[in-house]
Amino acid sequence: MKGNEAIAEAAIQAGCRHYFGYPITPQTEIAAYMAKRMPKIGGTFLQAESEIAAINMVYGVSSAGKRVMTSSSSPGISLKSEGLSYLAGSDLPALVVNAQRGGPGLGGIQPSQSDYFQATRGGGHGDYHMIVLAPSSVQEMADLTIKGFELADQYRMTAMVLADGTIGQMMEPVSFDFEIKEQIAKPWATTGTKMARKHNVVNSLYLNPEQLEKTNFERYERYEVIKQNETLCEEYLCDDADIIIAAFGIAARVSKNAVNEARANGIKAGLIRPITLWPFPEKVFAKHAEHAKQIISVELSMGQMIEDVRLATSCKVPVTLCCRVGGMIPTPDQVYNAIVEANEKGGK
Amino acid sequence: MIVFDRPKSLIDVPFHYCPGCTHGIVHRLVAEAIDELGIEGKTVGIAPVGCSVMAYDYFNCDMIEAAHGRAPAVATGVKRSDPDNLIVFTYQGDGDLASIGTAETVHAAARNENITVIFINNAIYGMTGGQMAPTSLPGQVTQTSPYGRDVNLCGYPVKICEMLSELEGPEYLERVTVNSVKNVYNAKRAIKKAFQNQIDGKGFSLIEVISSCPTNWGMTPKEALKWIDDKMIPYYPLGVYKDRSAGILGGAQKEAK
Repeated sequence: MKGNEAIAEAAIQAGCRHYFGYPITPQTEIAAYMAKRMPKIGGTFLQAESEIAAINMVYGVSSAGKRVMTSSSSPGISLKSEGLSYLAGSDLPALVVNAQRGGPGLGGIQPSQSDYFQATRGGGHGDYHMIVLAPSSVQEMADLTIKGFELADQYRMTAMVLADGTIGQMMEPVSFDFEIKEQIAKPWATTGTKMARKHNVVNSLYLNPEQLEKTNFERYERYEVIKQNETLCEEYLCDDADIIIAAFGIAARVSKNAVNEARANGIKAGLIRPITLWPFPEKVFAKHAEHAKQIISVELSMGQMIEDVRLATSCKVPVTLCCRVGGMIPTPDQVYNAIVEANEKGGK
Repeated sequence: MIVFDRPKSLIDVPFHYCPGCTHGIVHRLVAEAIDELGIEGKTVGIAPVGCSVMAYDYFNCDMIEAAHGRAPAVATGVKRSDPDNLIVFTYQGDGDLASIGTAETVHAAARNENITVIFINNAIYGMTGGQMAPTSLPGQVTQTSPYGRDVNLCGYPVKICEMLSELEGPEYLERVTVNSVKNVYNAKRAIKKAFQNQIDGKGFSLIEVISSCPTNWGMTPKEALKWIDDKMIPYYPLGVYKDRSAGILGGAQKEAK
């Protein structure tokens, strides 16, 4: 199964019955899958007139308390960013997939990770975050989609699956043997009062600054809980590592090969693979900064996650960048050579 | 005995609208329609960005505040979340519906989305202090057209009912006004029909209400109501632009028939 299809099937298994999208490469398989499946299971697939309309349709379904998703790729996510901000301001759950492609502008259609800042900082205007999940296999495309729906409902916020063109197009076996948790109640949803309760209002407007400040503080208290409880990462051969690679998604798969090669050649290399990009696994980086000589951030961007790595390690250890951009992917050899070079220089 | 009472689906709080503004009348008409059709408990309203941004403080049914222009897309999502049990309306001004949200308006109409749209056309941006709207008349003086709307510089007003009537999608399009008792009654009939159409599953119904903005037009409320008769209605003729069930089609469809 293709990675994009795994996302679509997992969403259906998670109880999502509403999908809204607008065509853009390289994530079209998700829409195509939904267009086929949704009518057969009593769900809604609708091709919206724009990404902006699609995210606002998501906003509508979410307001009414149902699981809902949209997917797009980088330029489309920019258009959705207005809606992402409103979803955050109204504390609405939603699942959004970004199969990243190279940018800026129209860029290209080949894989990229250059929307890291946009995703981890929220994308739209105002103080907010999304939970950002970064799959590095087709299985994880499915797993993290289901997890994304659950976290979105639990914390009333958007969960973004930040994938890339490679994982989206990649074919791997995937198991759908999930235990789907019962969906939590949403007493705040606008489902009609049925004349049995006060009216519910879904809103992000607060003209009173004290009140708006309060909603921001409350939201960030919730974010602290998420940081404590929901941070996910994979640590691979890190405990004795001199050289640690920081990489997520497709870059992490490439890097793992390089780490194995380094180990085979007697270099103590390891890999930290953040699975949640927000919240960022700061503590894991801080821990390994104590013994690592150098951290290499391997990215399909001009260096975006590297800033979070530096913040998490309080610059206790040199952090360097190994990257390809514009739709290019680093080879294991490129990463291996970076490890060798770092090991020879010795870092701190 | 006829008792003049507040509609139940209107919360008993004072409106924030300026004196002489017709938003209050239209709010009341919408609430009366909801009451009379007995649908308050299943209705979800979508407020726009503009003067009626806080409509959620006035209607007793469930309410959602949408981003500027996006109400028809939000309404599409809400309606499709539970099409058999929810009645969904949007309440939008001219800047919201006919400028920034034109795409959402046109495509909701083209899909014949089974929703009710109340469109307030007062030819100006009220909330932000009186800027030129897509519906401002040629020559109309506003904050951003201080020498009058120059059609050579910024084009002509958008006539929403005429434009949408060219589409096969929508069920019902009517332009009304509320500047006299008679016109208020007529507007009430149209608004109620727009909700009844949704109950009957007929599809997209839009009522354009020619409204006044005395504050930003720089007029007394009375002068503003007269300006509707003298200037607005000649440019925006009242009437039914499409009513598919009644066999009234618009534009090219009419000629083809």
